[in-house]
Amino acid sequence: MQRITREMLTSKAISLLNDGTVSAVLGWREGEFSYDLTPSLFYTAEDIEQNFVFNDFCGANFSKYLVTKTLGIEGKILAFLKPCDTYSFNQLLTEHRIDRSKVYVVGISCDGMADISKIRAITGDGISSISCEPDGLKVQTIYDDEPKTVSYEDAMAERCICCKSKKHVCYDELIGEEGEENPDCNRFGKVAELEAMTPDERFAFWRGELSRCIRCNACRDVCPACTCEKCVFNNPNSGAENKAPATSFEEQMFHIIRAFHVAGRCTDCGECSRVCPQHIPLHLLNRKFIKDINTFYGEYQAGKEVGSRAPLVDYTTGDLEPGQVFEREGM
Amino acid sequence: MQVNEYKPLIVAFCCNWCSYAGADLAGNNRLSYPDNVKIIRVPCSCRVNPMFVLRAFQRGADGVILCGCHPGDCHYTSGNYYTRRRMALLFSMLDYLGIERERTRVEWCSAAEGAKFAQTMNEFTEAVAALGENKRLEDLRCKE
Repeated sequence: MQRITREMLTSKAISLLNDGTVSAVLGWREGEFSYDLTPSLFYTAEDIEQNFVFNDFCGANFSKYLVTKTLGIEGKILAFLKPCDTYSFNQLLTEHRIDRSKVYVVGISCDGMADISKIRAITGDGISSISCEPDGLKVQTIYDDEPKTVSYEDAMAERCICCKSKKHVCYDELIGEEGEENPDCNRFGKVAELEAMTPDERFAFWRGELSRCIRCNACRDVCPACTCEKCVFNNPNSGAENKAPATSFEEQMFHIIRAFHVAGRCTDCGECSRVCPQHIPLHLLNRKFIKDINTFYGEYQAGKEVGSRAPLVDYTTGDLEPGQVFEREGM
Repeated sequence: MQVNEYKPLIVAFCCNWCSYAGADLAGNNRLSYPDNVKIIRVPCSCRVNPMFVLRAFQRGADGVILCGCHPGDCHYTSGNYYTRRRMALLFSMLDYLGIERERTRVEWCSAAEGAKFAQTMNEFTEAVAALGENKRLEDLRCKE
């Protein structure tokens, strides 16, 4: 597949900005490190030419930014959306959180984004710069004289390895080739692995993972399905806003409820796990709900169609009884 | 007589129209069920937010049971259908996190089924008592 380059995006952005189609461009700006990019709005062609960045670390899902960014602006915003982002965008349209007429969506094809923690595992700490070359990522660390090369396959984020779809479900214009849905992605592999464990093993696994949570709320803040203006977890009287002793299964309530709030609306974009500073595999909670919904109530992909009815606000008279959940074969 | 016999704390969410009346009928008929079943009356089983269930566990409940009208008989037409989906997912998730699946249950119980109510509570209390205390979901921060 043809790789998307920075020039392809900047030339498109500048031409749309100049002909007045859009009044701002949502893109990436360099952050503190070359692999740590900051989503940002660009208003002028000069700014785009100088500061627009596009590389293999542009993993951020832009759809949630559009909820607030489209409110205070005249005209349209140009947003570059990867296939997985378009699912979230559609879901937000379904929930009436974004005014479609205020966004100009340019779909960009994607063959997977890089994950800095996987690169760090190969090269070690102290990464000072990374450049994206055709044969791989050239990673310079402060301990080495020569840069190390990490192939794109080795650096690819977990969520991209089992990518559910390379197809854009919504766009005004497309850069690159349109891909296909991938039903054989095996994204529920890890969930099935956990289900096959004994309850004690599962409990040990989740206590190990969730007890690392520092309650920074990054997963909530980045989640495109979490767009409530008032969130239940901002309630200072909930009694659970601070850390509990590490011996108890402390953060289960927060994570179960958060996963439950997005159940049936989660498009499985994987942002929660990407931003987690403690590397908790939060997507495994959401995927469990998606897997259950698919098996109990039929295949459902949130965000595939605008206006589809989420499984938890729907029912049939012949639904499975909660007691039957565990009676099925193999559970 | 054993003095320190372990008694599990059971929280039962009962819908106002069917199961709460069913519990009343069980009482009127002098049917006994364990006194450690604490009934919380809710307008409809659909009122039970998943958070209620987790909070009950955090505060020291050993088992949580939801009782509502039979599917199709909901006072508000469709409330218990939503409960059914919600609780199926929640219980499956709790199981996924390693919480014993016998600690949670949904039972449909009409206003005429006093005997069923008493029997359900006896069975459920017995099942939870066999598991012992809930340590996995309790949260000392939430206890008074």
